[in-house]
Parts: sequence; structure tokens; C-alpha cells
Amino acid sequence: MNMKIMVCVKQVPDTEMIKVDPVTGSLIREGVPSIINPFDLNALEAALQLRGEYGGNVAAVCMGPPQAEEALRDCLAMGADSAVLISDRVFKDSDTLATSYVLSLAARQFGPFDLILCGKHSLDGETGQVGPQIAEFLGWNQVTYVSKMTRTEEGFVIDREMEGGIEKVMTRTPIVCTVTKTHYEPRKATMKGKLMAKKAHVETVDSKTLNGLDTGRIGLVGSPTSVAKSFVPPDGEPGTVIEEPTAVESAAKLIKLLTKAEAI
Amino acid sequence: MSDDKFDVIVVGGGIAGTVASYLLAKEGLSVVLVERGNFCGSKNMTGGRLYAYSLEEVMPGFANEAPVERKVFKERISLLTMDQSVTLDVRSPKFAESGNDSYVVLRSSFDRWLGEKAESEGAMIVAGYRVDDLIVRDDKVCGIISNGEEMDADVVVLADGVNSLLAEKLGMKKPLRPEHVAVGVKEVIQLTRGEIDERFGLSGDEGCAWSFFGANTDGIQGGGFLYTNKDSISIGLTCNLQKLSEGSKPLMQLMNDFQSHPVVAPLVKGGNLIEYSAHLEPEAGAKMIPQLYGNGVLVIGDAAGLTLNLGHKVRGMDLAVISAQCAAQAILEAKSREDFTASSLRKYKDLLDVSSAIQNIEARDKYLEFMENPLLYNAYPLMIVDMLARLFVVKGGRAQTIFDDILKNIEALGKNQIENDFKAVKKL
Repeated sequence: MNMKIMVCVKQVPDTEMIKVDPVTGSLIREGVPSIINPFDLNALEAALQLRGEYGGNVAAVCMGPPQAEEALRDCLAMGADSAVLISDRVFKDSDTLATSYVLSLAARQFGPFDLILCGKHSLDGETGQVGPQIAEFLGWNQVTYVSKMTRTEEGFVIDREMEGGIEKVMTRTPIVCTVTKTHYEPRKATMKGKLMAKKAHVETVDSKTLNGLDTGRIGLVGSPTSVAKSFVPPDGEPGTVIEEPTAVESAAKLIKLLTKAEAI
Repeated sequence: MSDDKFDVIVVGGGIAGTVASYLLAKEGLSVVLVERGNFCGSKNMTGGRLYAYSLEEVMPGFANEAPVERKVFKERISLLTMDQSVTLDVRSPKFAESGNDSYVVLRSSFDRWLGEKAESEGAMIVAGYRVDDLIVRDDKVCGIISNGEEMDADVVVLADGVNSLLAEKLGMKKPLRPEHVAVGVKEVIQLTRGEIDERFGLSGDEGCAWSFFGANTDGIQGGGFLYTNKDSISIGLTCNLQKLSEGSKPLMQLMNDFQSHPVVAPLVKGGNLIEYSAHLEPEAGAKMIPQLYGNGVLVIGDAAGLTLNLGHKVRGMDLAVISAQCAAQAILEAKSREDFTASSLRKYKDLLDVSSAIQNIEARDKYLEFMENPLLYNAYPLMIVDMLARLFVVKGGRAQTIFDDILKNIEALGKNQIENDFKAVKKL
């Protein structure tokens, strides 16, 4: 049974390279290279494995600036069958609601899909809202924190990664899932995949070619949330290292310190 | 077996690899360059200076477009003892004349740009893949293997650097020996443009290249270098690896001592260390040059042992360009014959042999033994610096003539030794 899968990806600043302006508290994004949000790669890997097992095709979809095309080419190199870039200046400053609205329109335009996979959250925003909101816009079932998916007759049995356990969920398609990194370690693209992706076609849509777009629901106007304030958390107090010549002495010192702190 | 076959696969995105790819793609060949770093240049290192003449031939006017740091206007050489120094400062408009010009570069940006030039001519760069092995069928190199994946080509160009394990696997190159290589360490220290201009007496895009000999290598064959970038300086040491291992100080210690020397300390003061790197360089001359061609394979750049360190002139990148040019020409001719056997690709060696690269390396060979003389790295610099220092001392009493002073120093070192060394110099 062939499945059509859409995978949502976005570019985020490489967190290893990012710095915070100590005065303004905002992220310094200039000169920081972009990477694909790592959880989105887990979602893509899940899609590719499902396609490998059950057949079908995988479309990578990204809403972002023109340079996000590079991220989509990386998805194609890993094995995605097609790629769609939704790019327009009017999408700038969209919050998660506006973004998921746009992605849900793309799902309608380029579908029908059986499955939409997202990363469990993005490294920059960490809201984890886009996946669930796409499901709401489409009126589909949704499962978040998905660590494993197994196909059944009517849909999927899905492992949900909860604190302290795994929840098994059965659901019918179509569904939106947000994927964790546990089982779906992203594959490395092959050299030939990379070469093929350099030449591959990336379909681009803008606000005019995205079907059914209400421009009042995108960009700053269509975004009810805004950042009120951002700040750098203060550094914590350094810990105390107890390293006396013997364990007995160390223990004695520990008790003394705990007593002094009125902790015991 | 793979489905597609390319005309050429180039292994390694350094100067040699990117320039060869550029030239071949420009002539319409299908070229894939495989680089193990995330982009061309990401793992590459130089002390600092590119002599422009050869790249100028390949890409006229490249320096106007390429991310070069500064154009060298000022050359300095210093002899150091622990606490004294003599510095020669040469500033000349000749350095800036076209054909004589040289540029301080940082490889991560410079090689990346060269890679983009190659791509703009149609070469395809695959970055992030290490070539583990070569496909050899019927005694001919037919392609590469990376992470189990095979890719075929008529010719594989090995531009994989000084320690070319691929050339070694093919038996074209002997394993490196510590006495035949120098290890270079480099720190890039960030300063403001203004601080650099002020400390080195520069303005605009003017740069300074500076070599140091003497106490900074603790008597080990080698030297120090300093190049000014736009808003940082590249500073480091090179030492013969064998001699370094016999010496008493580890390289990092030498590097710290070097940067604390009274001449050097004010130059790096207050700077922010932003990059640290180390690299091997071949320094045993023509005998380091491997077999340069085989059935379906060529070796270029550092992998081919093409470097030339004369102390005040350190060359490698310009020779890499020459080897890339020779290789590209040979491959184009081989392509026109559709014959990629060793006898067809031999053209590369023939071209290289008559190029200035090999001729200069061979000419340098007779210096090699002379340059191993340990006195060059301790006693002589000390003697020269001492004598010049005394020249400026007035302390009452009867002044000694320079001649007396020289004689005294010669006696102290041993007349025979100096006579022998003097003869050696005359022979050069």
C-alpha cells in the first residue's frame, strides 16, 4: 500500500556556533551557518524508512527564505522524492499559527497525503506547536513525541515517548506525527544522492501561487503571538568541590557544610 | 559497479584539487571533487602566503575577487636569541608589482572561494565524504570508494594532501618519515585592523610577512612565521619532526616561548586566539616526490611532495597550482585520445619536469644538507645577534674593533667548523 508522506523541515541557526548578545539578550544570527532542524531530519528518516518498508513517496516541504532551498536539497540528497519551498517576503515574522496555516495549505495543494511528519520541536523556537496546529487546520488525528511507527491495516501503531514510559497508540490515517530522535537516526546522504540533489528540481511557491491563501493570516498581521522579552539566564553559583585526603574526612566536611546550610 | 561514470574524480579540495577541477570543468569534462571536510578549505592550513604568479595565469586578476587577507608590502626577517634580536625590514613597491605580488590568505575562506569558482565552471563538489579507497581493476584505477559507495571515473586525481594515504595504498608513495617532514603549528590571533596597522606599520590592504630564526626553535631545524591578515595575525613555528622528537621541548612549549619573546610579545598582546591548527609539510626535496602518474591516476599538490621551504620563502600553494595546471593539460590530452593509461598520463610528469616547480625543488636539493647544520639554528644566530648588539654598546675603556670581535667569536666556535661551513656556503 503506497503512502504519500509530507515531511516539514525548517532551517535553524547552528546552535554550536550561536552566541547571545550579552547586552540586548538577543541571538546573534549574523554569520551563523544554518542547519536543518535536527528533529526534522529524524522525521525525514522515519518517512524514508516507512517508504522503504511499505512503498510510496516522500515530499519535503519548507517555509523559509530563498536560501532554505539548500536544506531541501539536503533532503533530496538523503532520498526525498520531491521538494517544495514556500517562500515569500510576506511570510516574514510569521509565528507558529501562521506557519502551520501555510503548511496546511501546502499539504492540501501538494497532497493528498496519508501522513505528515514533523520534528518534535525546533531547536530555535522549541515550541513544538507547528505539527499539532497543522493537524488542527486539516482536521486530522495527531500524535506527538513519536519514537516508532508500525503500519497496520487501517493506520499505524505508534510508540509515543512519554516521561517514564512508552504509550502505544493506534490511529487511522491521515495523521500528523511529530518525531523524536530515539529510533530514527538520520542516514547520511550518499555521494550520488548529493550529486543528484544538486541538479534536482525544487518546486517553489509564493503567496500568489499558494492556493487559498488569506494574506491576513500570515506574517506579522496573522501572528497573534509576539516575543515580549528575551533574556539570558544568569549563571548559577559554582558548586563546591569536596576533596579531602580521605573519604572519612570528605564525608565529615560534607555533613558540616550541609548542617551549616541547614539542609539536614 | 556504479551506474554513472565521470571523466575525472578529484580527491581533496585544497588549492591543487580545486584548481584542477576548475580547469577541467572549464574545458567541458565532467568533474566530481570529493572533499572530506564540510566544504573546500575547511580542513586546510597554510602558514599564510600565496605567491600569486601561477594562480594569476589560471585566473587573471583573481586577487580582486578572491577573499585574500592582505597584499604583502613588507618583508621582515629576524634572528632571535633568548633576549636579543636583529631584524631586517624590507619594504619595496616591487613586492606589489604584478607577477611579483603575494597575498596572505586564510584557507577556509580562500579554498572555499576556489571551490565555488570550480563549481561555476560546472565541477560538482561533494563535501563531507572521505575517500577510503580506490577502485582498481586490471591494474587501472577506475574510481573511488567512500563509506562503501563506489563512483567510477576515467581518471582519479589524488590531491589529498601531504599524507596521501591513497597514493601510499597504490604503492606510488612511501610512508612519510619523521626526518622528511616538518610539523607546523599556527595560531590565528584576532586583533583590530587598527592595532595591526599600527603594530606593523601598515595601511589599507598592506600586509607584512615575517620569518624568525634562532632561539624560537630551540636549536631545532625550522623557523617561525608571522603573517598579517585583515583583522588577525597568523603566527606559528615549523620544526623538523624528527629533530623535534629528539629535542627537549614540546612544540607547544616552543610556541609559548616564541610568543613571549620580547620581539613577538608586543605584536600579539591583547589578541584573542580564534584558531589553532597543525600540519605536516614535506621538506626533503625531490626525494619526497612520489610516482606522479599511473594507469588512471595522477598525484598533485602536497600529495606530490611539491613544497619548497627556503626559510624566508615558504612555497607550496603556488606549486600546487602549477601541478594542477600540468595535470589538467595531461588529462585533456588523454581525453582527446580516450587513453588513460600510464603511458598516456605520463604527459603530466613531462610537463611538471620542465615547469618551474620541479626545477626550483631540484635546485633547492643541494641546500638540504647544508640546512640540516644545527649551528644554523643556534650558534650562528647567537653569534650574529651578539656581535651586532655589541656594536651599539658604549661602556668606557678601550673599544674593541668589530674585526677583533669576529675573530674572538670564530675562535669560540672552532675555526675548522666555520671554515667547513663557509666552504659549504661557497659551494651553493
